[in-house]
Amino acid sequence: MVIDTSVQNQIEQKTGSPDNILEVRNLKKHFQIGGGFLARGGGMNIRAVDDISFVVRRGETFGLVGESGCGKTTLGQTIIRLYNPTEGSIIFNGADISKLNANDLRKHRRAMQMIFQDPSASLDPRMTVGSIISEPLNIYGIGSREERQERVRELLRVVGLNSYFTNRYPHEFSGGQRQRIGIARSLALNPDLVICDEPVSALDVSVQAQVLNLLRQLQNDFNLTYLFIAHNLAVVAHISDRVGVMYLGKLVEVGDAKVITEQPKHPYTQALISAIPVANPNLHRDRIILEGDVPSPANPPSGCRFHPRCPVARADCSETEPELRELAPDHWVACHYAE
Amino acid sequence: MAASQDSNADHVSQAQLLSEAAEAAPTRQASLWGDAWRRLLRNKLAVIGMVIASMLILIAVFADVIAPYGYAETVAVDLRLTKPSWNFPMGIDQNGRDVFSRVVYGARVSLLVGVAAQLIVLAIGVPVGAMAGYFGGTLDTALMRLVDVVYAIPQLLLVLLIVNMRGPGMSTIFLAIGLTGWVTMARLVRGQMLSIREQEYVKASRVSGAGPGYIIMRHMLPNSMTPIIVALTFGIPTAIFIEASLSFIGVGIRPPQPSWGQMVGTGQQYIRAVQHLMLFPSIAIALTMLAFTFLGDGLRDALDVRLND
Repeated sequence: MVIDTSVQNQIEQKTGSPDNILEVRNLKKHFQIGGGFLARGGGMNIRAVDDISFVVRRGETFGLVGESGCGKTTLGQTIIRLYNPTEGSIIFNGADISKLNANDLRKHRRAMQMIFQDPSASLDPRMTVGSIISEPLNIYGIGSREERQERVRELLRVVGLNSYFTNRYPHEFSGGQRQRIGIARSLALNPDLVICDEPVSALDVSVQAQVLNLLRQLQNDFNLTYLFIAHNLAVVAHISDRVGVMYLGKLVEVGDAKVITEQPKHPYTQALISAIPVANPNLHRDRIILEGDVPSPANPPSGCRFHPRCPVARADCSETEPELRELAPDHWVACHYAE
Repeated sequence: MAASQDSNADHVSQAQLLSEAAEAAPTRQASLWGDAWRRLLRNKLAVIGMVIASMLILIAVFADVIAPYGYAETVAVDLRLTKPSWNFPMGIDQNGRDVFSRVVYGARVSLLVGVAAQLIVLAIGVPVGAMAGYFGGTLDTALMRLVDVVYAIPQLLLVLLIVNMRGPGMSTIFLAIGLTGWVTMARLVRGQMLSIREQEYVKASRVSGAGPGYIIMRHMLPNSMTPIIVALTFGIPTAIFIEASLSFIGVGIRPPQPSWGQMVGTGQQYIRAVQHLMLFPSIAIALTMLAFTFLGDGLRDALDVRLND
């Protein structure tokens, strides 16, 4: 396995600093499909996350965007170790958690929590709101029964819900309220980093804004760092300080949210930005229409993975794989011809 | 979109947040089991099944009080094979015993076999299925191939084998039924575990630091309760029926202790002369099967949270 040393070196120059709450280095997550005991052939190797490196700085919101199937959810769940990484390291608060066993992981992961995409699926339908929110406290054995109950009421108030909801069941709440319950649970252990996996995409647009605002407010109140995963670039750009754009298991562009939305350098990012509707009927822009579908991550294209759909692809794009390079300070692009 | 989102978000005040939260506040204190119970009571067939099943349980428990005679007691030798009458509502059998008393005592055997066999099914099937489904991999493959092997042998044959090895008797019967019946439960639980394992609330629990034992006990089993309870309810008549079949062919409950199947078996030898010997225990078997099947159907509908009204 050839490790992309140049990327690693470049990233490492920026790492080792206590400013970075999370450093992901050359992370890979491949899934073996088929190829079991009696299966013929070797099966398929799905490269859902393929050699991704980035850092998240303390206190910021790092947005991760990409089409469905690009591996962003897998990346999030691998970082929090719901999946075991195939390769690479995850340095969280200065410690590599990528190879920890279950026991050590429990200690280190406490400060990393997650908000899930589907608020109705992420709450156990047979548990009351009180037991859902206090579950992390129970598992870590924090406080007495009364203290935990008080903490649950406090968390409910913090996320804007009534504190007497503790004995209710999740199906009695609306989608937005359920997501608030999920947020309350993620805050129970006073985390430093919260991975928000599409936290608003299952919600109505009117409720989306409320939940996004709540997340922002909580970030201020509790000094949280967010890794915000979404497929909606508008939402991500709105809430994030910095943005990473993913395509087929790879990061293609990383940079300041404002810079990425205003001056995207990678042709894929440019196409995404051009697809955001603008609330101005008189404004006419040229939309970049991408041809074809996202290729299968089991068999990604050679060279630059974007080249079959890229409007500006040249001959050598199908041969050499572009590495992330720093075009401008803190603006990284994985394209041979971006400038 | 970016622009509209922006203005939208900025105008949502704290007051609006709170009002949204207060709105649609559920007023009724709900409990999942209470709701299920109410739905069950609304289902007429389920209520009928429940009534019959409870009566059977009462009859089995208070058999000594209800039965006018003992099950082995010869009431009147000269009245052998008498048809039903006022004094003997189900007639007299070939040995001069009261059939009604024997049917009443037979309920004991049937229910004991049904319930005890299901407890064994529960005790083996659920842990095997849960471990196979949660841990997967080699353990899953090994356990499931074992299940396949047991499943491939006809249950009645396997039961006969065990009965032959241990000799007939009540404990042999429910042991045999339990030891062959757990495979269906194991498969069911494994399937449940496989689907629940990928649910986001299980992932959320893992993120909260929960280990496999905690997740299985607190999340996966409670959420598998519905199919398990339903399968158990359907399993009881199946076990009763197997016991009846075994006793019918004469390898089940030992006389003079009565079992419905055994009574039907004996009765069919006299079928040309008198029919009541076979009729009443057959009705008892049929009623029991029907009652538990209705109840099982009702429970399946009532316990489904997603059908919530």
